[in-house]
Amino acid sequence: MVQMTDVFKVYENGTKALKGIDFKINDGEFVFLVGPSGSGKSTIIKLITGEIFPTEGSVIVNDFNMNKIRFSQLPYLRRSLGVIFQDFRLLENKSVYENIAFAMRVIGASNKEIRRRVPYVIDLVGLNDCTKRRPMELSGGEQQRVAIARALINNPKLIIADEPTGNLDPARSLEIMVLLQKINTLGTTVMVVTHEKELVNRFSKRVITLDGGRIISDGMDGYYSYGNEKAELFH
Amino acid sequence: MTEWTDITVMVMRKLNYFIKEGVGSIFTHRFMSFASVFIIVACLLIMGSFSLLALNVDRIIDTLEDENQIMVFIDENFTETAARSLEGTISAIPNVTSVEFVSREMALDSFKDLYEDSSLLEDLDADVLRDRYIVYLDDISQMAETQYELAKVDGVVKVNAHLEISEGFIKVRNIVSAVSLLLVAVLLVISLFIMSNTIKLTTFDRREEIAIMKMVGATSSFIRWPFVVQGLILGLLGALLAFLAQWGLYQLVSSNIVSGTGLSFISVIPFEKVSIYILASFLAIGLGVGIFGSIMAIKNYLKV
Ligand SMILES: Nc1ncnc2c1ncn2[C@@H]1O[C@H](COP(=O)(O)OP(=O)(O)O)[C@@H](O)[C@H]1O
Ligand SMILES: [Mg+2]
Repeated sequence: MVQMTDVFKVYENGTKALKGIDFKINDGEFVFLVGPSGSGKSTIIKLITGEIFPTEGSVIVNDFNMNKIRFSQLPYLRRSLGVIFQDFRLLENKSVYENIAFAMRVIGASNKEIRRRVPYVIDLVGLNDCTKRRPMELSGGEQQRVAIARALINNPKLIIADEPTGNLDPARSLEIMVLLQKINTLGTTVMVVTHEKELVNRFSKRVITLDGGRIISDGMDGYYSYGNEKAELFH
Repeated sequence: MTEWTDITVMVMRKLNYFIKEGVGSIFTHRFMSFASVFIIVACLLIMGSFSLLALNVDRIIDTLEDENQIMVFIDENFTETAARSLEGTISAIPNVTSVEFVSREMALDSFKDLYEDSSLLEDLDADVLRDRYIVYLDDISQMAETQYELAKVDGVVKVNAHLEISEGFIKVRNIVSAVSLLLVAVLLVISLFIMSNTIKLTTFDRREEIAIMKMVGATSSFIRWPFVVQGLILGLLGALLAFLAQWGLYQLVSSNIVSGTGLSFISVIPFEKVSIYILASFLAIGLGVGIFGSIMAIKNYLKV
C-alpha cells in the first residue's frame, strides 16, 4: 500500500520536483505511473524507497510512515519492496543464480531457504536455462528477468519498476509487462513507471499521469491521456 | 531451547559470510593489504620502541631515587643532642621520606677508615667536624625545592645535593615521554589513514554490491561487517608481526647496551617483564585501527 497526501518535494538545488501529489495504491493493484521526462516519476519512486524524504506532506508505504521512519527501520521497509530499474543493476561477477541468491543471503537467509526459494523464482520468470550464466551473456530482456527475480525473491508486498523496458525492444518490453502482470495476479502489488504509450494502452489498468510535478489524471480506463505535443518530448 | 539454537545457527551463518568476504577482500587487494600491514608494523614498532625507552629511563630514575640522598650538615656549635633534636623538623619537610642521623664521631671514624694512612687529616674539611643527616627523597624531580627547604631549617649550615644528575635524567625522561606521546598520536593517525584507504579500495570495488544490498534491505551492520572483519584481520596481523619484531629488536639492542658499551651500570628491563603489556597494547591498537579504519571507509556508503 502506498499513500501520498499533499506531497511536495524541493531538491537541495531548489528544483521543485513535486507540487502537491495525492494518490493511494491499495494492496493487489497494478498501476502505471506515466508522464514526460522530468515530470517527477522517479522522485515519487525514491520517496517510496526511502532514498529521499518529502519536503512537505505525508508518505505512507506498507505501514511505514516515511515522515517518521527511523534510519534503522529503512532496511525493513526495503524488504517489503522489490525495486527494478531500467539498467538492471546486476552484479557482473556473479551468475544468474548467485545474483538472485545474493538478495536473500544479505538479509540473513539460510542456504536451505535459498536452495528452496531461488529455483522457484527462476522458474517463475522463465530463466531455467540460464542459471549458471553471467549477466553479460544474456540478452537485455533476460537480464531484466533476472532483476525481476531478484526483486521478487524476498516475497515483497510491492514491486516498483522505474522504466523497466527503457532499454528493450517492443517485443521484449511486452514480455516484461506480461510478466509483471502475472506477478500481480499472484498477489503482489505492482507499480510501473514508463512513458511508452502503446505499451500502457495494451493493458486495461489504472494509469496515474504526471506532468510538471502534478497529477493531471488518475483513472482506471487504461488510457495514456495527455497531449501530442507533450508526447513528442519523449523522443 | 530451539530459539537459542536458531539464533546460534544464524549468528554462525553470518559470521561465516563476513569472514569469507573479509578474507576474500584481503586477497583481492594483496598489495594494499600487505602495505597496510607493513605500515601498522612500522608504526607499532616505533611506538613500542619509544615506550620501552621511556620505561627504561623511568626505571633508571627510580634507581637513582633509591640511591639519591641529600647530605644536611648541622652547625658545628650545636651539641649532639641539639643536632638530634632537628630530626623532627627535617622529616616534616615535604618530599622527605626518611632521615638518618650521623654524628661527627661516626663520620670521622668512617672517614679515617677510608683514608687510614693519609695525611689528609691535616687539612680536614670543616664538614668532617659537623653532625649530619642523610635525607632520602620521594620525588627526585623536586630535589631543588627540597634542598631549599632544608637549607632554611635553623641550625642547618650546608646542604649537599647532586642536582645535575637528577636534572639530567628528568630532562631525558620528559623529552622521551613527550616524543613518545607525540609519535603515538601521529602514528595512530597515519595507521588509521592507511587502513581506511586500503579498505576504501574494497568498498569502491564493491560499491554496486553495497548499493544492491541497501536496495534489498540489508542492515547497515550487515553491510559493514565484512569490511570490519577485513580491518580486524589486517590489524591483528600487524600487531602480531610487530610484537615479534619488537621482541627481536629489544633483545638485540639491550644485549648490545649491556655488553658492548660502557653503559653497563644501566640495567635494562627484561623483555619478559613487559612483553604481556606490549602484546596487549599492540593488539588493542592494531584491532582498534582495524575497526575504526573500516568504519571510516564504509561510512559514506551507508547514508540513506
Ligand atoms: N537529485 C536531484 N537534485 C536536483 N534536482 C533533481 C534531482 N533529481 C531530480 N531532479 C529534478 O527533479 C525533476 C523531476 O525529476 P525526476 O523525478 O527524475 O523525473 P522523471 O523520473 O519523471 O523523469 C527534474 O526537473 C529533475 O531535473
Ligand atoms: Mg526517471
